[in-house]
Amino acid sequence: MKKLLTLSLLGLAVAAASSAQARDYDNVRIGVDVPYEPMEFRTAEGELTGFDIDLGNELCDRMGVTCEWVEQAWDGIIPGLMSRNYDAIMSSMTINEERRAQVLFSDPYITMPSAWFAASDLGISEATKETLEGMTIGVQRGTLQDNYVTDNFSDVAEISRYSTADDMVLDMAAERLDIVFLDFPIGQSTLLESDEAEYVVVGERISEPKEYFGDGFGIAFRQRDEALAEKFNEALAEVQEDGTYDEIYARYFGEEDAE
Amino acid sequence: MLDISTWFNDLLAGNTIFTADTLGYYWEGLVTTTQLVFLSLVAGLIIAVPLAIMRSSKHKWISLPIYFYTYVFRGTPLLIQLYIIYYGVVFIDGIQDTFLWPVLREAFYPALIAFTLNTAAYTTEIFRGAIKATAQGEIEAARAYGMSPRLMMRRIILPSAFRRALPAYGNEVIFMLHASAIASVVTLMDLTGAARFVYARYYAPFEAFLFVAAIYLCLTFAILFFFRYLEKKLLAHLNP
Repeated sequence: MKKLLTLSLLGLAVAAASSAQARDYDNVRIGVDVPYEPMEFRTAEGELTGFDIDLGNELCDRMGVTCEWVEQAWDGIIPGLMSRNYDAIMSSMTINEERRAQVLFSDPYITMPSAWFAASDLGISEATKETLEGMTIGVQRGTLQDNYVTDNFSDVAEISRYSTADDMVLDMAAERLDIVFLDFPIGQSTLLESDEAEYVVVGERISEPKEYFGDGFGIAFRQRDEALAEKFNEALAEVQEDGTYDEIYARYFGEEDAE
Repeated sequence: MLDISTWFNDLLAGNTIFTADTLGYYWEGLVTTTQLVFLSLVAGLIIAVPLAIMRSSKHKWISLPIYFYTYVFRGTPLLIQLYIIYYGVVFIDGIQDTFLWPVLREAFYPALIAFTLNTAAYTTEIFRGAIKATAQGEIEAARAYGMSPRLMMRRIILPSAFRRALPAYGNEVIFMLHASAIASVVTLMDLTGAARFVYARYYAPFEAFLFVAAIYLCLTFAILFFFRYLEKKLLAHLNP
């Protein structure tokens, strides 16, 4: 018993010592919430792919480190970073003030508007308090879309919160939801390009106010890992400089939509 | 009244997580959880009594179907049952046009149906055990009085079986309360759903979940207290 205690104390001491200094990473584990097509998803063969995955792997190559992707559900993704299940988050995470208080962000690597999606026969052309009155709105729990909808529409509409975007799309098809609020490319690939039913974008794409929609997507790190964030920023700048970034972008979003 | 609201505001002053808003979510969650658990237990109990009687029947063709039902619902996780009833039904073609849709459309009723069927299965087996454990002497005495099987069931077997089943049933009620925590996977804002919402919004797992755990503890305590009172009253004749 005593031996066990000594051993575990020793283990604790080692763990404390290694976490006290900022590590030099040669193996970076990156947390990601799958699926979120086309940012991160699995192909029919079960292979992890998507814009975040391709860009992340490219960045790791440039930095000369090996990267390992760790799957984590969205609502636990920041706590998972804090508890060292992985060292970075690259999972369509919007940079905003609330999150900045918790994590350190890289430079934004893509900006992405949100949009309302509904069946084409819903018959509204704009999402406002008046038009959404009495409707059921679907959002993914804990996303900035959730925050925006909760703060602006919870008094007039019912809000259903889902663990994954897939469950939400399923309930949209089941006609349990009237309208959903999603990152635009996600809605585009899951709803607009589905052939089951007719969906449309309601109103303009939304990326204001900044208080909710932030400054684009960033890679998140623990606050003290400044050196690691700096390395990612340098690699990102390099990739954007030499055109590799555009090539990856075109792979998932086509050429024309580069805003 | 004004005093209370200023006291309340002072209490919450400087607290970024437990604002009046989030407490509102917890309150909503408490209401949903209580409704869901209470209604499913009442409905489950009503279903379970006749099923338990049928389950203890001597005739195989009566008892076997009931056994099959309890076996399936006790043999599969409640979460799976909930998924099938909530997400599964939408794959039935044309379900949206039937009279069932207004019920199945809301998340509340599929959850209620799943919970009711589940607790009814467990309760049936609890009651069956209690019915089987009826002392042979009591049954013989009832027969000697010339009671019909129906009257004997009503006057002799069921009342004593209910009493015997009480402690086990109290456990089932508590299990049901805790099992209801999965309701949030089908978008219901129950207590756990509220905690998950607060957790995801403020990235505060400890605060969000410890608070909700405390609420569950209080509910469990109330249930325990109620059943202890019932046992004291109904099982008084067994006390030394």
